Amino acid sequence: MLLSVENLQVSYGKIKALHGINFHIDEGEIVCIIGANGAGKSTTLRAISRMVPASPGSKMTYAGKDLLEYSADKVVSQLGISHVPEGRRLFGNLTVMENLILSAFARKDKKAIDRDIERVFGIFPRLEERKRQKAGTLSGGEQQMLAVGRAFVSARKLMLLDEPSMGLAPLLMLSVFDALKAINQEGTTILLVEQNARMALKFSQRGYVIETGNIVMEGKSEDLLNNPDVKKAYLGA
Amino acid sequence: MGYFLQNIVNALQWGSFYALVAIGYSMVYGVLMLFNFAHGDVFMVGAYIGFFTASGLMALAAMGSIAIPGWLILILTLIIAMFLNSFVGMAVERIGYRPLRDAPRASAAITGLMIGIILETGNLALLGAQRRAFPPLIPPTVYKVGGVYITNQKIVIIVVALALTLALHQFVQHTKWGMAMRAMAYDFLVVPLMGIPINTIAALTFALGSALAAAAGVLYGVAYPVLGPYMGIIIGWKAFVAAILGGRGSILGAASAGFLLGFIEIFVTMIFPSTMRDFIAYTIILLILTFLPNGFFGEPYSAKLRL
Ligand SMILES: Nc1ncnc2c1ncn2[C@@H]1O[C@H](COP(=O)(O)OP(=O)(O)O)[C@@H](O)[C@H]1O
Ligand SMILES: [Mg+2]
Repeated sequence: MLLSVENLQVSYGKIKALHGINFHIDEGEIVCIIGANGAGKSTTLRAISRMVPASPGSKMTYAGKDLLEYSADKVVSQLGISHVPEGRRLFGNLTVMENLILSAFARKDKKAIDRDIERVFGIFPRLEERKRQKAGTLSGGEQQMLAVGRAFVSARKLMLLDEPSMGLAPLLMLSVFDALKAINQEGTTILLVEQNARMALKFSQRGYVIETGNIVMEGKSEDLLNNPDVKKAYLGA
Repeated sequence: MGYFLQNIVNALQWGSFYALVAIGYSMVYGVLMLFNFAHGDVFMVGAYIGFFTASGLMALAAMGSIAIPGWLILILTLIIAMFLNSFVGMAVERIGYRPLRDAPRASAAITGLMIGIILETGNLALLGAQRRAFPPLIPPTVYKVGGVYITNQKIVIIVVALALTLALHQFVQHTKWGMAMRAMAYDFLVVPLMGIPINTIAALTFALGSALAAAAGVLYGVAYPVLGPYMGIIIGWKAFVAAILGGRGSILGAASAGFLLGFIEIFVTMIFPSTMRDFIAYTIILLILTFLPNGFFGEPYSAKLRL
């Protein structure tokens, strides 16, 4: 087990966003969490990357280590967990290249960094053409590519992806997911959260369904795709 | 014409102090969304560190009866004062502002004012009320160029101010530390997700700004060799104005606005009585800000308030 989450609770002030959820991810897997807007998907990822504090009683273990002992930047630099946040959140005032260089901030292996940036350009040739352009001037699809590329360079034992399909035309969405599959085959474990349940379940091996801060269903993705409740609530069928 | 050119040189010198202090204000505002109202007093502390360093070095030279040239002492004083004052800045950040990172911005502003008062009155308590005379490190030599009198001191001040401004600009544009600072200015919430420790970048920002303020303090001591505990207040406020005028987080903006302030102040006194200087100068600046409320080169930023 690479990541195990037990009884994870998160509150924003008085609002409780997660009511003690449990799930796990094995090394090499692609796992998805699907749910409606406001269900708590982003909060789950923020808790893992330590951007929001988990309430007492929560437990998260990553590769045998207590995740709660790490600060947000150490989760990236010491544990190798990267987080592609909702809405991409690129540094629009920096160039494509600067965004990539910056994502390697904590790494010291200069040669390997250059190799990884080359690899990103190999996966997304569009980014190489635009490497001197400000990230704020990229199209939505290119921005998503750069957001994934940035995570690829910063750390990639486990990649947390928050709605990578959002705002992308279907064709672009497919190419982003193809790239993610390739990244997964190179050894990166992926945790994906999506409102686009069909896409997420097709892409992943296992899935969880989250509703108002509780996990209400889990299983193999293909089973969830055929589950009548899931179909009715999330697949619009 | 000679009178006019003469005033240009004076304005450049006067603007050098504003520029160097304004850069620190602007960087902290850009990177941390914070007005460090203690910054004028950090400039004062830098001037005092420079005073003690220069006096100490001269005493040392006298003791060993070595003839260290004044310009060498000035260079060493600049380096040492910048180095030590960067720790003053980092201490201000660590003690005063870091605990308030998530507090309302007004709390941080009030804290800044209090830190400023503590630095002023702490100086008064420790060193007493008498003013200190900055040692004359480079005896003034006057050059006459085409009807304009330029002292070697003015040249040193202007050249050092410009060189430090450009060096810092290069650092911020081309190193990964500088990139991290610009990234913080744009969207600080995402910065930890890149594996970047925010506290380190905050400390670096304060360190750089305070180092430049120390350089301003030493150069100020060279030009106006009387130091007092309240010497940073007016310069601090004016540099704050220059930082706003230059645009949030922009180093070249803050520097050019600092020089502009120097020009406006000096040229107002060419026309009006000197008692009206600041009244007229800052009315002009208020007018500029009315039409350019974001200043000259404000860095763009994402207005997103949560991750
Ligand atoms: N920064 C925040 N402050 C306050 N409440 C928040 C914040 N972020 C999310 N919430 C609330 O927490 C709940 C879960 O939100 P979120 O995790 O963003 O859901 P999802 O990603 O599934 O759309 C929602 O009710 C949302 O309004
Ligand atoms: Mg979300």
